[in-house]
Amino acid sequence: MLIDTIFFYVFALLTLGGGLLTITRRNAVHSALSLIVSLLGVAGLYLMQQAEFLFAVQIVLYVGGIMVLFLFVIMLVNLDLSAKERQFNGQWMVALVAVAAVGAEISWFLYRGQGAFQLADTAGAPSAAAFAVTTTGNTEILADVLFQEYLLPFEIASILLLVAVVGAVVMAKKRI
Amino acid sequence: MIQSFYTTTDHFTIIPAVMLALFGCAILLFDFLIFPDPRQRKWLLIFVALAEGFTGFALYRQTAWLAANGQAQLQGFQGSVTVDGFGIFFNWIFLIAAMVVALVSYHYLEISGEHHGEYYSLILFAQCGMYFLATGTDLITLFIGLELMALCFYIMVGFLRADKRSNEAAMKYLLLGAFSSGFLVYGFSVMYGIAHSTKLEDIAAAIASRPPSDPVVFLALATTLVGLLFKISAAPFHMWAPDAYEGAPTTVTAYLSVASGAASFAFLLRLFHGPLAPFASAREVWEPMLAVVAILTLTVGNLAAVNQTNIKRLLAYSSISHSGYMLLGLVAGNETGIKGIAVYVMVYTFMNLGAFLVLVALRRQKIIGEDLDDISGLMHKSPGYALLMLIFLLSLAGIPPTAGFLGKYYIFLALIQTGHYTLAVVGTLYVAVAIYYYFKVVRSMFVGEETEKAPLATSFGLRVALAVTGVMTLAIGIYPEPFLKLAQTSLLR
Amino acid sequence: MLTAVPISWFLTLSAVLFALGVAGFVFRRNIITVFMSIELMLNAVNLSFVTFSYHQKQVNGHLYAFFVMVVAAAEAAVGLAIILTIFKNRSTLNIDDVDSMKN
Repeated sequence: MLIDTIFFYVFALLTLGGGLLTITRRNAVHSALSLIVSLLGVAGLYLMQQAEFLFAVQIVLYVGGIMVLFLFVIMLVNLDLSAKERQFNGQWMVALVAVAAVGAEISWFLYRGQGAFQLADTAGAPSAAAFAVTTTGNTEILADVLFQEYLLPFEIASILLLVAVVGAVVMAKKRI
Repeated sequence: MIQSFYTTTDHFTIIPAVMLALFGCAILLFDFLIFPDPRQRKWLLIFVALAEGFTGFALYRQTAWLAANGQAQLQGFQGSVTVDGFGIFFNWIFLIAAMVVALVSYHYLEISGEHHGEYYSLILFAQCGMYFLATGTDLITLFIGLELMALCFYIMVGFLRADKRSNEAAMKYLLLGAFSSGFLVYGFSVMYGIAHSTKLEDIAAAIASRPPSDPVVFLALATTLVGLLFKISAAPFHMWAPDAYEGAPTTVTAYLSVASGAASFAFLLRLFHGPLAPFASAREVWEPMLAVVAILTLTVGNLAAVNQTNIKRLLAYSSISHSGYMLLGLVAGNETGIKGIAVYVMVYTFMNLGAFLVLVALRRQKIIGEDLDDISGLMHKSPGYALLMLIFLLSLAGIPPTAGFLGKYYIFLALIQTGHYTLAVVGTLYVAVAIYYYFKVVRSMFVGEETEKAPLATSFGLRVALAVTGVMTLAIGIYPEPFLKLAQTSLLR
Repeated sequence: MLTAVPISWFLTLSAVLFALGVAGFVFRRNIITVFMSIELMLNAVNLSFVTFSYHQKQVNGHLYAFFVMVVAAAEAAVGLAIILTIFKNRSTLNIDDVDSMKN
């Protein structure tokens, strides 16, 4: 379907363009805003792949939560001076080569291994039933799997978030 | 309804972690409500002791259950956690490390002016994360466990908030830790793509059904390995370790080097060795890679340690080289080698903790006590501490009557059994280098002049902890049989 | 209905995004930007999880991505708090200046 391909290109452009601007902009605020664009692009790609719940979470949690946190911190620490400094490491040539190698390697392997992933239907897989029922919403299926198969990681994640709260308080509060 | 996916068996498999989490929360509450005065905070140690007591009891019950039912493993949460000898063995090590570190911390933190109750709960939460690193058999459980542990350590490393070095260490550790997690989880995504499942068992089966040279398997292997090598501070991904070790409070450095290292090795072994290990079937691909990494790690660790004048930094580089030796055990990969890693981890726990404890005693009001000059003349000042440090350093170097020899012995034995003669020779050569830089510290202690007269900062907890680590370092070296039997129980089969 | 876009496109996009994140991490000097590069890497990972999940008609990958987001949020909270303490003590966020410990 042509429309899918067009959407893919639009979202891919948002994702990569935003990502590229994030790592090249001098001003940290600009970087953060470009990152938001990139995250929105990724959210669009989620929607294309029927991950409606993640699409919503991506926008609410990432764009609405984490990125606002980033912007807050950027505003708190005054970065006007540092925007004028040199922004890149001295050994950027080395870095560039290393990164090109990483990107090329990963892409090449994924390209070569294209047929390696079983793409057709996977009726044999144990928890594959989920997607088949189109009448049930994505969120509902997710909740079922989350609270049955992944109950334990969910509970550990609650401790993880508690630790994050404790950590943020310990680090940032003047008197504990 | 809930009984169907949270059964008694499920509960039984995670009791130790539940205890740790509960007491961690209890400490947060009590610190806030009952102990507002900083001088009362050392009573929080009772909670740590209780937590470790209950955890130990739960581990004991798990062992007893496995023995009584004659089973090698017990799975809970639909295969998310697997309680077996391997996990229990590592959990005892985490328990000992956490208890010893908590015992010595209160005095150190009081001197540093940052004694807060949150510290103890972070120790317990970190141990909770380690529990899932050692027993988890599901990619999500392992990942969340790893992040729980790492997050606790990021905070603890930066716990001395007014100290610039501590901030800096926390930041470097966090940035590089998050970076490595990115690689790790990318590898996990590829593994998930290969197997359509997050269970290690399914992934192992899916990878085994492919040829070892499969490019996608290689991609998963390479990215996972990059992430893991960061965590065990193997070269060329070791650069965070010296800075994080130096900047962190010494007690945290001890915990970080021992418990976090052991947990990361447990993680590595879960993924690379044993029946559930995803990459066990791709051994021919990763064995030469790990051999090169191990040699590089030994080289970097030992050669960089030679020039250090800061003892914490020196011990950081020596930890890097110890990771190299443990990796050699995995390269050998036979039963002796894997048992060797278990023995090494056990021995390393006691000797490395001990060495850091002596440094904890050197930290006094207005004296940081980390430089080679600070330890100079320790023999005149407090001979007991100097002799204990001597034992720990001899053990770290691997000199026979001490425990360190045993660890290296099994690693080298395994290398020779499997025909890796070159690796064995190189490893032995680096022992000589290690003796040189450990001897530098010894010489400074025994021959050097005292630079200041301030007495060492001792406390009851510190003396107990030093006695335990010192006695164990000698005991494992002199009468190893029971400890070897213990290590034998940890083998994955 | 499956989209007509092949799986390899999504995966390659994810790989390129990951490489961009690595690039930002390796050669930016501002700590906050470095931190944002890590978020890029994690997003690339999430994208590949969702892609695999979609093509296998499972939701396990969605859940993994969900947990990665939780972890990213926790790390961001702690990391930004640490960045604040660093800024309080040194008033700079340049990685080269925050390097007092030397070999």
